[in-house]
Amino acid sequence: MSGGPNTPVSEQAGNPRVGEHGALSCGHELSFSPDARKEFERLLTRYPTKMAALLPVLWLAQKEWGWISREAVDHVASILDLSPAFVWGVVTFYTMYNRTPVGKHLIQVCTSISCHLAGAEEVLTECRRKLGDLKPGETSADGRYTVISVECLAQCDKAPAVMVNDDDYALVTNDKLDAFLGSLK
Amino acid sequence: MPPYEPVLMARFGKADSTLLEGYREDGGYVSWLKVLGGISSGEWTTTKVIDMVKAAGLRGRGGAGFPTGLKWTFIPAKEKRQGKPVYLLCNADESEPGTFKDRLLMEKDPHQLLEGMMISSFALEAKHAYIYIRGEMVHCAEILNAAVNECYAAGLLGANIQGSGIDLDITVHRGAGAYICGEETALIESLEGKRGHPRIKPPFPAVSGVWACPTIVNNVETLACVKHILDRGSDWFKGIGRNEKNTGPKLYCMSGHVEKPGVYEAAMGIPFLDLLALAGGVKGGRRIKAVIPGGASAAMLTEAEVQNLPMDFDGVAAAKSMLGSAAIVVMDETTDMPKAVTNISKFFAHESCGQCTPCREGTPWLNKMLTRLVNGQGKRQDLDLLLQIAGQMGNGMTICVFADAAIAPVLSGIAKFRSEFEAYLTVAKNLDYALAAPEENTLKIADRVAEGMHS
Ligand SMILES: Cc1cc2nc3c(=O)[nH]c(=O)nc-3n(C[C@H](O)[C@H](O)[C@H](O)COP(=O)(O)O)c2cc1C
Ligand code: SF4
Ligand code: FES
Repeated sequence: MSGGPNTPVSEQAGNPRVGEHGALSCGHELSFSPDARKEFERLLTRYPTKMAALLPVLWLAQKEWGWISREAVDHVASILDLSPAFVWGVVTFYTMYNRTPVGKHLIQVCTSISCHLAGAEEVLTECRRKLGDLKPGETSADGRYTVISVECLAQCDKAPAVMVNDDDYALVTNDKLDAFLGSLK
Repeated sequence: MPPYEPVLMARFGKADSTLLEGYREDGGYVSWLKVLGGISSGEWTTTKVIDMVKAAGLRGRGGAGFPTGLKWTFIPAKEKRQGKPVYLLCNADESEPGTFKDRLLMEKDPHQLLEGMMISSFALEAKHAYIYIRGEMVHCAEILNAAVNECYAAGLLGANIQGSGIDLDITVHRGAGAYICGEETALIESLEGKRGHPRIKPPFPAVSGVWACPTIVNNVETLACVKHILDRGSDWFKGIGRNEKNTGPKLYCMSGHVEKPGVYEAAMGIPFLDLLALAGGVKGGRRIKAVIPGGASAAMLTEAEVQNLPMDFDGVAAAKSMLGSAAIVVMDETTDMPKAVTNISKFFAHESCGQCTPCREGTPWLNKMLTRLVNGQGKRQDLDLLLQIAGQMGNGMTICVFADAAIAPVLSGIAKFRSEFEAYLTVAKNLDYALAAPEENTLKIADRVAEGMHS
């Protein structure tokens, strides 16, 4: 299986096989920076089991590398004594771990009920159109924008509510869309 | 009646309301220190705190309104715990569409929650408490972490706190995007580092929860209330509210078609129309068509049904819906109800955890059929089929009550606004079949959702 031209990098040079879990490869091996390693050690002290640190450690991995590649899965699995398949199973259950690289601005438009009543679907459509007819999850050619629809962000009083990366934006109606997009540097 | 004095939101308007110093200036942590200082003399015991919470009549603010003090007594006695630690988990997953009160409590006054958690941990003999906060609330988690660090530095958390012999750690734990992790056993699985799959109960978390240890899961607002019960006493708390079963200060999330959406604090049981007035009334002075009284999981109510509705657990239950997370979504006369119901069905189709066939398969089916209907491609049998499928998903067919929650808006929406659904059917005028009234079904489901929201 290993060594052929189509073998993912993580499986070459005697690395453990990731298994059939289908995570995208980033093309090279990964391991935490010294700072991340320190934070990892601190996290372990907060839980009675290593497994319990999985979600926070995946957050740490996403902060380090922007998304969760199969090499990130491998690294997280090895430092937590878990199987890569288990880790990937957890990654795919939650919506916030990016399984592909995303744009510099990950625009998350809420389309749940209160935002729906404020026209969120139209905002989502218009936002995608303005950024170059982006398809759901697609990143603009310049790598700047990815637009996705998300469920209730617990900002229903600010409908239509939008998050860009970690930041909350309120009342993003269609007439304010240009100003909103312009504010993203 | 004198005007309502805010309790939970009292400090929201202050500058630097998140900092320890200001919190202490306003009398913060006096109760925690009072309890710690009275342990050696026997003045303060775990039983005393639990009895105070019971006497206050505090009911869980996370959805079901289960009596908090009673739930706490389900933790086995020390001799029966086989040396296992007890854990307190604060449910800050707040993802029910329409709900945004816990976010505000954490963002504006994190120490209020922390003090409530400290006192509750003492009562439960928990040495480690976790705040499971939804992944999207990144800045909120930062605020909480800063507040926790302040407490460690000030000797309010840690080992042998203030020489009392009490140890307590609090850890903020971020989720990663999954509504189902608000269900308490899914939350437990998720905290253990797994997929958020609800567990089959029994065993209940109080007996075997996180890491197979006795565990109590409580909502943010519930725990914040505990601090005030210790500050001002059970009688004071019980004196607020419509009756002795529905007590205390309450946060209501007003959204949808209202003039001033936001969180409003009032005495438990405030009449719906008074609450609506606080939020500035219906947008543009229009009429109400429908109201969701307790988040997307709650059965919809009509304009007539909300007229004299007391907004508390028993009041909304009597109207065959539920107070749930007190997320009130107002829909005015311009609302397209089939589209609103379709939107809610999308949410549930997206969020099913996938363990149970009726829920995993049923939620996307409902959404697909409704989407087809609002796209003008509905078939004559579709309304019937929708009700039939929904009828096969609820009432104990699944591991958790998510499935019951998913069908409540569909069943109530079709039952109460059926002509709007029929109007979408091309041949609506010649319907030659009769639909069974699903009202009885709706009632059973509302009851079950409310029951199942607690352990
Ligand atoms: C599908 C589902 C989602 C839930 N989401 C939440 C939530 O986001 N926050 C919450 O406090 N309770 C939520 N609950 C209720 C919890 O299971 C649990 O009853 C509650 O946290 C207990 O706290 P309380 O007694 O203080 O209300 C949810 C229940 C279900 C069935
Ligand atoms: S009812 Fe739905 S959400 Fe609940 S356990 Fe079953 S599949 Fe998961
Ligand atoms: S419905 Fe959009 S933030 Fe809640």
